[in-house]
Parts: sequence; C-alpha cells; structure tokens
Amino acid sequence: MRLIPKEIETLWTLFTAPVVWAAHFLVCYIGAALYCAKPELIGLSFSAVRAGIAAVTLIALSLIALSAWLAWRQWGFGRDDPPHDDPTRRDRTLFQGFATLLLSGLSFIAVIFTAMPALFLTECIR
Amino acid sequence: MGQYFSLSAASLSLASGFAGARSVLEPAGAEAQQIAILFWIMLSGGAVIWLGVLGVLLHSALFNRRRLAEKSASRIILWGGVVFPSVTLCVLLAYALWLMPGLRPFAQAGAAGLRIEITGRQFWWEVVYRPAQGPPVASANEVRLPVGERVEFTLKSADVIHSFWIPPLGGKMDMIPGRTNRLSLLATKPGIFRGPCAEYCGTSHALMAFSAVAMEPEAFRSWLAAQAIPAEGAGASGGALFLRHGCGSCHFVAGTDARGLIGPDLSHLGSRATVGAGILPNTEDAVARFIARSELIKPGSRMPAFDMLPPDDIRAIAAWLRGLQ
Repeated sequence: MRLIPKEIETLWTLFTAPVVWAAHFLVCYIGAALYCAKPELIGLSFSAVRAGIAAVTLIALSLIALSAWLAWRQWGFGRDDPPHDDPTRRDRTLFQGFATLLLSGLSFIAVIFTAMPALFLTECIR
Repeated sequence: MGQYFSLSAASLSLASGFAGARSVLEPAGAEAQQIAILFWIMLSGGAVIWLGVLGVLLHSALFNRRRLAEKSASRIILWGGVVFPSVTLCVLLAYALWLMPGLRPFAQAGAAGLRIEITGRQFWWEVVYRPAQGPPVASANEVRLPVGERVEFTLKSADVIHSFWIPPLGGKMDMIPGRTNRLSLLATKPGIFRGPCAEYCGTSHALMAFSAVAMEPEAFRSWLAAQAIPAEGAGASGGALFLRHGCGSCHFVAGTDARGLIGPDLSHLGSRATVGAGILPNTEDAVARFIARSELIKPGSRMPAFDMLPPDDIRAIAAWLRGLQ
C-alpha cells in the first residue's frame, strides 16, 4: 500500500483544498452555533469546543498540505515557470498543478483565519 | 430674571449636551479607548502601506523604468503580493479578535453593581435603574452612570429594532423586539455625551437620542437617591393643569395621580440635560413648544399636539415640568 497517492490526471484534485476549507468552515461554525444555542445538548465545556476546533483545524491543514504537495509534484516541483499556456498535454498538467498549488495556499490561510477566533474567545456571546 | 435663567440654562445644556463629546475618537470609557487605539493603528498602518505602494509606483514609473527579469518580478509578487498581505491581515485579525472579549465583557449576572434596563420605543428611551440595593428607579431619555464602575445595560425594544450607542463610552448594541441584549460599559471620565439611536427605526429615527451623563460615584449615588423619591415641585399648581388636560393618562409623574405608562416618565424632567429625547435643550420654551407642536418637532411620534390648550396653561405646565428637579 502506498502512502502518497499516485499522480492522476483529473480536474477533481483541483478542488480538494477548497473542499477541505469548506468542510472545516462548516464544522467550526455549525459546531460553535450548536454549542452556543444548546450547551446542554452537547454537554461539553467551551474549552472542549475550542479543543475540537483545534483538532479539526490540524486535520484540515494536514490535508491541505498534502494536496499542496501533490500539486507541487504535478507542477514538476517548479522546474518550469508559468504561464503554461501551450496547447499540449504537458502544459495542461503543469497548469493544473500550479493552479491547485495556489488554491491550496489560499485554503491554508483561510482555514487559519476561520479557526483563529477559537484562540481568543472563551465563552459564547449571550 | 426667569427669562435670563432659562436663557443661561439653554446655553449651558447646549454647551454640555450638544457640543459635548459625541465622537468615538474622544474616548471617555474603557471600550471606546480600545476602539480608538484600533482605529489609529489601522489608520497609520494603512497610511504607511498606501505611501509605500505609491512610492513603489512612482519609483518604477519615473525613476527606474528598466524591465525586471521574470524571476525577480515573480519574487516581488510573491513577497509583496502574497506573503506581506497575508501576514499583515493575520496580525490585524489576531489583534481584533484579541480585543473582542474586552469589548464585549459580558459580565456574569450580578457581576456589575448597577444594571440599567433600557427599552427603545418610537422615538424615545425608557430607562430603569436597578441598583444592587434599593428599589428600581424609572426615568427616560437620559442615562446616568458612575465613573469607574462597570454598568450592565439590559437592552430591549417595545416596537421595532433600535440600537443603543454612546460613542465616547463604547457600544453599539441592537435592541431587538422579543430579545434581551446585554452590554456592559465602564466610563473612565466624567462628562455629558450624546447617544443616538443607531438603527433606522422610523420617521423620527434621526430625532431619537439621549444624553448620557458620567458622574463621580458619590454624586451619582446621591442623584439616584433623589430620583427614587418624588420631585419637590410635584405638588405645585401646574400639576393640576397637567392632570386636568389628560397628560397623566400617558405620562407618569411620581407623587401625583399621573400614572400613564405610554409616554416617557416625567418625574424628574427638570433635572435632565435635554427634552424630546435628546433633541431640544431643556428650557421652559422648548417644553412648551413640544407640548403644543409635538408632531412638528417629532413627526410620527405618538404624542398628539396640544395646541388647542390655552397658551397660559401650556406655559404653566411647562414651568411645572421644568420645576420637577
């Protein structure tokens, strides 16, 4: 069994990082909203909610980092400079790799920004 | 003499209630202080970045027009266009989030010594002081609070959405029908501030304001004690006219038979900095004008104009109300 996925050519890999970002966003916001609306339903302390957000964030960042590494590999580890705009299979692959890498960077920062309130807020606003 | 007195009272309240601090940038409270610092940091940081960008633009357009190699151009884009903005935004976000618990100190129930319950109404403010000891004290269109002591505001609305804001102290916080919002403020300097309604609430929204008075704690306590008992002039002759013309069916005046709860409590009207919910100086003339032509001064309010009353009666009622210190 291989740890690092094989290089495949599909448009779906382009969306991996933004999808992780979206899922992380939903888990954080829905989790915090549920807890603050009905603390007794979940039965945890606010610190537990913060720890949960921290764990989800670490998982999300790792997945995005993996997606970024795969994109970097697809981009040929940066051996060629953009723009990859020749109508060839090779340039299409490199372009997709580069675009995926940039999207991974954006998603990485966005996940950090989404999680940052949990660093500072210690209670629900009632 | 009376003329002179009302004139000087008018100029006094004009000077203190209207020209007084109403800006977030003249902070007199702990929360507003933090907001002002945040503003200055954002402003100066933004100015530095703007000058920097403009400098680079001028430099490349006027002094250094040679083409950059693709490699170094990409490096500039990476550091100047990606790394620098991301780090700057990250730091700013962290700073703002770090401020938040301090700006919204949702004191635990009972942590604040004084709770003030404020209900927004079209177009005035019902105010009830609930001190830790002693009976609740009702008032309207003026909020007084002790300097150096945290006060918790309980904010409600009786009709539409209003918003409570004392810019030099902190806030703002919406008042939403069916909900109770809480806000706590700590005044650090004495003064008179203007608090506007900060959420459009109808025809006279722009005319819905109040004066906020931050007082030394001792002065505040004796003021509150005086507010808890009927004003001295309550029994004077103008009070009979007030009742005879039906004013008491909407307004409450402690120590009299006026027990209405529809309009603002007028028990100590004379001691307030403004009348008509923060829009007129507290003078006999202003009170008389408000009684006679309320629909002109405050369009859309529920108070009918009483210009059918004899002018002398209006004048006597105004004088009596002004006497309720």
